Amino acid sequence: MEIGQLNANHAAFLLQGAMWTVVLSAIACLGGGVLGMGVALCRVASSRFLRGASGAYVQLVQGTPPLVAMFLLYFGLPGIGFDVPALIAAGLALVVNVSAFLGEIWRGCIEAVPRPQWEAAECLALSRIQRLVKVILPQAVRIAVPPTVGFSVQVIKNTSLASVVGFVELARSGQIINNSLFQPFVVYAVIALVYFALCYPLSRWSRVLERRAGSWRRRPAGLATLAAP
Amino acid sequence: MELAGVATVAGFVLGTLCAVGLRSGGGMARLCSIYVEAIRNTPLLVQIFLVYFGLASLGLRLSAFVVAVLALTINVAAYTAEIMRAGLDSIPPGQIEAGECLGLSRVQLYWHVLLLPAMERVYPALASQFVLLMLASSVCSQISAEEMTAVANHVQSETFRPFEAFIVLAGLYIVLSVLMRAVFWLLGLALFPRRRRLGTAL
Repeated sequence: MEIGQLNANHAAFLLQGAMWTVVLSAIACLGGGVLGMGVALCRVASSRFLRGASGAYVQLVQGTPPLVAMFLLYFGLPGIGFDVPALIAAGLALVVNVSAFLGEIWRGCIEAVPRPQWEAAECLALSRIQRLVKVILPQAVRIAVPPTVGFSVQVIKNTSLASVVGFVELARSGQIINNSLFQPFVVYAVIALVYFALCYPLSRWSRVLERRAGSWRRRPAGLATLAAP
Repeated sequence: MELAGVATVAGFVLGTLCAVGLRSGGGMARLCSIYVEAIRNTPLLVQIFLVYFGLASLGLRLSAFVVAVLALTINVAAYTAEIMRAGLDSIPPGQIEAGECLGLSRVQLYWHVLLLPAMERVYPALASQFVLLMLASSVCSQISAEEMTAVANHVQSETFRPFEAFIVLAGLYIVLSVLMRAVFWLLGLALFPRRRRLGTAL
């Protein structure tokens, strides 16, 4: 099957790029998830220092575009004597970015658990850790699932930025093919379609989850609208 | 940063129109929702490439700046449409019926009863979306539009000091995003008297 001059070899190359996009997204989601959990817990910690520090971290990361973070890691670090491969630089930049956003989303979810739950747990003489782990987090997770799935769509889209540091993922493989075919419209339309195919099921799923969560309880205001282009 | 400014205003207008279209039902709503879903599920970088190289290959030659503004506008309009739709959905139907009872015309109804109160409610979400847009405008450096990231790239290729150049760049973005938040906060106070007097979100 051929579209324009796209042949099977190109398709295989694109598929390989798509695979790396998925791998990079997985790295970003997992690493960002672990780090984001830490950020979220620090944001609701009783220690004022932890709250302040994690708040500053979130402000710092959300205030810089992921593109600039990638430039900094990939081009900047070799300038002061550290050599980093593209995958590490891109992965690290995404992990940091994702952790700040997920941390904020999850903080919102933890705070959306009604206050009396904390108080009731305290009345049962649970320690702060027990309260958090046994009472609050299980409820927060139910609230957190739809916005987290929705955010993973953003992560997949943000992996396209890794192309600027020369990491061959979907967008970059499209650029390479375009450089040999000179048919930008066809090539980029195909790329966009592949991204759409990756993201749309996730968006649909998050919307379904959201609706289901809505029937269980009104979802916390403002979470669903949190989105990065 | 006029790039982000122009795209913010144009994107807001287009997005609001789209949100109204989404609610109107019928073919128009379907068209709008296809547009919103298509944009929201593809990366900005690919959209920019598609507009820049795609239009050029179709014979339409535009400068990098125009393309950047165009792509950013198209992108942010889709997000704005979703946010505004949420705001419009949050207006109780009773309000619309009350407006109809008062004999308001369709335009008056949309403006006074639907759009303004909806905007008031989703204002924080809109503001953060526009800050994100400002950050996303860094992607436009990829098609040689002259904005901050592109300038930093020039600087580092001339001085061979990439680390310093990009650290300064990151600092500038942070300052800009803080400034933008402050401006939107003040603008919110000026635009919405109810918010100002209550001192809280609605």
